[in-house]
Amino acid sequence: MTQAEIKLCSLLLQEHFGEIVEKIGVHLIRTGSQPLRVIAHDTGTSLDQVKKALCVLIQHNLVIYQVHKRGVVEYEAQCSRVLRMLRYPRYIYTAKTLYSDTGELIVEELLLNGKMTMSAVVKKVADRLTETMEDGKTMDYAEVSNTFVRLADTHFVQRCPFVPATENSDPGPPPPAPTLVINEKDMYLVPKLSLIGKGKRRRSSDEDATGEPKAKRPKHTADNKEPIPDDGIYWQANLDRFHQHFRDQGIVSAVANRMDQTSSEIVRTMLRMSEITTPSNAPFTQPLSSNEIFRSLPVGYNISKQVLDQYLTLLADDPLEFVGKSGDSGGGMYVINLHKALGSLATATLESVVQERFGSRCARIFRLVLQKKHLEQKQVEDFAMIPAKEAKDMLYKMLSENFISLQEIPKTPDHAPSRTFYLYTVNILSAARMLLHRCYKSIANLIERRQFETKENKRLLEKSQRVEAIIASMQATGAEEAQLQEIEEMITAPERQQLETLKRNVNKSINRM
Amino acid sequence: MASRGGGRGRGRGQLTFNMEAVGIGKGDALPPPTLQPSPLFPPLEFRPVPLPSGEEGEYVLALKQELRGAMRQLPYFIRPAVPKRDVERYSDKYQMSGPLDNAIDWNPDWRRLPRELKIRVRKLQKERTTILLPKRPPKTTEDKEETIQKLETLEKKEEEVTSEEDEEKEEEEEKEEEEEEEYDEEEHEEVKGTSFHTQPPSLPLISSGDLNSVHQGCSLQRVGGPKEIVPSKDSAIPFICP
Repeated sequence: MTQAEIKLCSLLLQEHFGEIVEKIGVHLIRTGSQPLRVIAHDTGTSLDQVKKALCVLIQHNLVIYQVHKRGVVEYEAQCSRVLRMLRYPRYIYTAKTLYSDTGELIVEELLLNGKMTMSAVVKKVADRLTETMEDGKTMDYAEVSNTFVRLADTHFVQRCPFVPATENSDPGPPPPAPTLVINEKDMYLVPKLSLIGKGKRRRSSDEDATGEPKAKRPKHTADNKEPIPDDGIYWQANLDRFHQHFRDQGIVSAVANRMDQTSSEIVRTMLRMSEITTPSNAPFTQPLSSNEIFRSLPVGYNISKQVLDQYLTLLADDPLEFVGKSGDSGGGMYVINLHKALGSLATATLESVVQERFGSRCARIFRLVLQKKHLEQKQVEDFAMIPAKEAKDMLYKMLSENFISLQEIPKTPDHAPSRTFYLYTVNILSAARMLLHRCYKSIANLIERRQFETKENKRLLEKSQRVEAIIASMQATGAEEAQLQEIEEMITAPERQQLETLKRNVNKSINRM
Repeated sequence: MASRGGGRGRGRGQLTFNMEAVGIGKGDALPPPTLQPSPLFPPLEFRPVPLPSGEEGEYVLALKQELRGAMRQLPYFIRPAVPKRDVERYSDKYQMSGPLDNAIDWNPDWRRLPRELKIRVRKLQKERTTILLPKRPPKTTEDKEETIQKLETLEKKEEEVTSEEDEEKEEEEEKEEEEEEEYDEEEHEEVKGTSFHTQPPSLPLISSGDLNSVHQGCSLQRVGGPKEIVPSKDSAIPFICP
């Protein structure tokens, strides 16, 4: 993992789980697979703290463990999974658009807690929904369960690997760590639960309970002795499926921008039909016949079969090659070339980045080199119709930022520079990776800046919070207008301005992330 | 040796590559030489693209902030131990700042985790339904059983003698204080803040002999093992106890 990614992981872990977890997590990312005692020794933290941190990380699927020979258990962190934490809000928003508030809360609970049983999720979500509903109404468990089942059917949530039920005739001591297995077909099976109940609204008397000292807490845990019906079956959010959904969204919007709304609807239908049948990293979807597509079009669209055929032909002939024709049976078999589509999307992103960073003339040169693959200095000037000096300047600027690279072609075996061709070319894969790395670096910088800003203005933020609390309580007890005015004036105008700027900057940095 | 002075003069000013091929024509002014590292924040030529606004952007922004706040409140956010203050405060008795005995606030499914990750939880004396999770390898279980027996007999004796909880609590606090003072004096580097909450308050009025065995049986994970501490403790006790 690159340094920038490790820095970003460390910042994310620190923000979400605290410093101890961050120390252990970053150490594991840097050094790879390690056993427990070595981690404690190398990081200098106590064994108990390391255990706590590892429990948290395993719970959230950020660390996996493996039993090696002689009973040693080694822990390994997964850096890419830590980076996915950046996308949590996007996953939750997607669930909201597809399955409304209930789905959103289910996915949010699963993401915040790592893994949960279905009954626990349903209970929590019902309680939360009941909070937001009006007085007297409660959310039924059955509705939440239905949404959960729908999420499982469309593969947005999946079962975690579980401990296989071994027979007791196994001789010898139990293994130091269980080996978890999961069967492909069991992954989305919802257990038959009869969850009956309604969400509970947290009443004001309960708020007194939270103020009690933690010494009384053990009493509550003793109450949960009833057996949970789906004990041992844990669910987690299936991030790959969300990524697939984002990919589909990207392709559909690209087609809509390039052609029109109807063609994008056709592509969306084709993608929806191959959602479950095509594995997520396949180069193209399963072939779909034109008749099938016609039958599966959404109900609102009444285009005739011929029009559909025309659209499909147009899509297949498009130079971008999103859709390809793979046969003629059934009125024409069409596939969506996923890898090609993603490649074109990446190239388009690169082009737009060059345009925004260097200007439109640079973008012209970049597109030219992309199209012609390899060009000499002189040829670039001629084709782009840009004067030599400026073209040279732009090329070198892009070269220094690694968007364009040089390819040497020697004329003589001794590679003499005066007798070598130097060609400019764009290596899309490496440029895309460079851009991604830059993004991670900027996110890390933004987080640091946000933390700095909040720390600088901590006093001001606290003061404004206190004032708001005072105003709220006074309004509740029915104070006069004059008193409220007075209290608001406790924050002077320049301070208010400072607060505004701070809020704006913080929001901006969060937004850019 | 003969070419030492001669080699320098010949070919001075010749470059290894053809200037025209790279694009620098004859007589063109080269850019000035760079004498310092490039500036940290070079001036931006083009303004960045505006941020995503609109309903989706606002919603995702609010979500991000909410998520950050929510994760800090969850039990998964492990705060480093509060450093022990020098004087015992009254509020400490009624305000537990961390989870008991260094354990975790939430209950993971222990069947799914490696056994070595379990932390033993000792509850207060009042709650006799202790969930003692085994952690040490079997060879010390015999010692543990003995010590547990001893403790239970001691506790029963204790209950008979003092019937009021307040008195017990006071004695527990005193004992804790004494023991903490000892530790603070003796082993600074080995003391991590919360590890001393593992001193179970359920052991009032223990003789020094029992103190030894208790430490061996306890789940204190100190660097260097319990054996190093015990002898110094024996020497320390006569000085502190009145």
